[in-house]
Amino acid sequence: MAPIAISRALNMGLRKALESDPKVIIMGEDVGKLGGVFRVTDGLQKDFGEDRVMDTPLAESGIIGTAIGLAMRGYRPICEIQFDGFVFPAYDQIVSQLAKLHYRSQGRVPMPVVIRIPFGGGIGAVEHHSESPEALFAHVAGLKVVACSNAADAYTMIQQAVASADPVIFFEPKRRYWEKAEIDTDTPLSAAIPLHAARVVRPGRHLTLLAYGPMVKTCLDAAKVAADEGHEVEVVDVRSLSPIDWPTITESVRHTGRCVIVHEAQTFLGMGAELAARITERCFYDLQAPVLRVGGFATPYPPSRLEEYFLPDLDRVLDAVDRSLGY
Amino acid sequence: MRAAEPHATTGERDLVQLLTPEGLRLEHPDYPLEITDDEFRSLYRDLALVRRFDTEATALQRQGELGIWASLLGQEAAQIGSGRALLADDMAFPTYREHGVAWCRGVEPESLLELFRGVNFGGWDPKEHNFALYTIVIGAQTLHATGYAMGMQRDGSENAVIAYFGDGASSEGDVNEAFIFAASYNAPIVFFLQNNQWAISVPEERQSRIPLYRRAHGFGFPGVRIDGNDVLACLAVTRKAMQYARDGQGPFLIEAFTYRMGAHTTSDDPTRYRLASELENWKLRDPIERVKAYLSRNGLADAAFYDAIENEAGELAARVRAACLSMPEPKPLDIFTNVYAGGSPLVDEERAAFDHYLAGYEPAATREGGH
Repeated sequence: MAPIAISRALNMGLRKALESDPKVIIMGEDVGKLGGVFRVTDGLQKDFGEDRVMDTPLAESGIIGTAIGLAMRGYRPICEIQFDGFVFPAYDQIVSQLAKLHYRSQGRVPMPVVIRIPFGGGIGAVEHHSESPEALFAHVAGLKVVACSNAADAYTMIQQAVASADPVIFFEPKRRYWEKAEIDTDTPLSAAIPLHAARVVRPGRHLTLLAYGPMVKTCLDAAKVAADEGHEVEVVDVRSLSPIDWPTITESVRHTGRCVIVHEAQTFLGMGAELAARITERCFYDLQAPVLRVGGFATPYPPSRLEEYFLPDLDRVLDAVDRSLGY
Repeated sequence: MRAAEPHATTGERDLVQLLTPEGLRLEHPDYPLEITDDEFRSLYRDLALVRRFDTEATALQRQGELGIWASLLGQEAAQIGSGRALLADDMAFPTYREHGVAWCRGVEPESLLELFRGVNFGGWDPKEHNFALYTIVIGAQTLHATGYAMGMQRDGSENAVIAYFGDGASSEGDVNEAFIFAASYNAPIVFFLQNNQWAISVPEERQSRIPLYRRAHGFGFPGVRIDGNDVLACLAVTRKAMQYARDGQGPFLIEAFTYRMGAHTTSDDPTRYRLASELENWKLRDPIERVKAYLSRNGLADAAFYDAIENEAGELAARVRAACLSMPEPKPLDIFTNVYAGGSPLVDEERAAFDHYLAGYEPAATREGGH
């Protein structure tokens, strides 16, 4: 099969999910005829009908709140939030209702709801279209949070998320939607790498780069440059932000002794803070340097003409790699 | 036919009333109600038992056995009337005060106390009773109810959903979004608004410039204001509205005009924000007294009947009290149960670590238990 884009891989995964379970429905703003503003749901309403691919009123809390009711009735809604910055009107329904219902009901009311959120910057967008709110969701017990970084994972992970018994916040790397890769449509889901597993995407022995979503590609690029300078950098795609696959991560860091964490979100209390704390606890005697973080600044996301300075890029990642290797 | 006089309390001409505070039966052209003497007596029984249960729960809180209690005092008719209008396969979404509706759905009153005692977040199975868990965040459940109704619609179900909320909740975005979704998809749902006049300390006037039932018009579905202290009006109008929804005609708003005779919860002190005379005025409109007046006036109940109900109420109160006091304490490791349907290595790890930690204190725990 020819390489396909992440947006297309998600579309194919969603199609498989709709085909495999009549209780799966897609709901959101502009997901129908338009196929979503990123065309991820392109053609699905045409093939599955308006009852299964629903254009909703323009109200995010309403989308998630009614999805919860549909899940109570036995449906498996996949909700699209159009942009990262628009999820907050639904935050109460996600945090206070969706995340807690299984717990509150003593396991009687499962919530198999997926919330797809295109996230991150780098596309020159107007404000509220470039946020990275993943830590705000990973902090909430009862939610599972994942981020895909490439087309192959996108295809598999979206299907796994839909099959999950728990609510999954599914982050899609907006600026990589058009990045193409080979995907595997033959391996059954049951034989695929589990949804909540991290993966070593480039082996190395001098330093571990941890990233997810859009920053995985940046880290792979950085690793190539580092290799030219004689540093063998291992890149781990964290993939699942809640729960986190600690065995894969700690094995890598114990092996390399150095770790740099990269994400677009603000470094302060970002995913990197949790990753660094646990890695330090678990790999203390193997570490040759403090765990370093590269991320956004403790500022609001800046106007788009400044975003290239805000977003970690090749040079900032390599700078951190050099600092770590300097210890 | 009742005269179209402005209502004494609400000033509204359109308030549906089928039983006056004096216990006089009225007819309404849109809401005919056939009711047998036995049904009338059983309505009285429900109202009286639910009030007695509520009184006992308040007492249990005062004695330190419940952390808090949200009393339904004064809203018995709104809840029993609407609750008895539901069919077994209809689905109800309550706030945290719908003890009367829970009663009608066959939820054991004892299990309502579990949330307020703090042993869990809801002791009943929503599916078994078609009665969702209590929702504390104001208005959030109206969206769940709407989604559930959309699911019924997709299933080809012949049932409908009822969503309970209050005058305060009517200001929440979620309630307004629920109205929009329900209208947009023509969902089979009745929005049952108990306007008890007070959102803790804030009066209804702060929530709305117009009578709340009229809001439905702007969303494109019918709205009716009823005497929420009139169990017959609540029964008849809810029955008709539910059938309207079941018949595929879409959502319906009922505003049950009632009064919260007690505090918002046992933590509240209404003397700080409302006059005692207001309560005295509403006592004249008590939802139970008017049923009693009707039964007595028409020779449908005698002293033996009331005595029997009172005895039954006393037994219920004793049973509820005993159940509350003997409720098993949750175990520390229950904290970690059911966080996820599919499990979580993080929760498992923390559970194991806490278990290990607790084990280190076992001698202390044993010693305390010995005293």
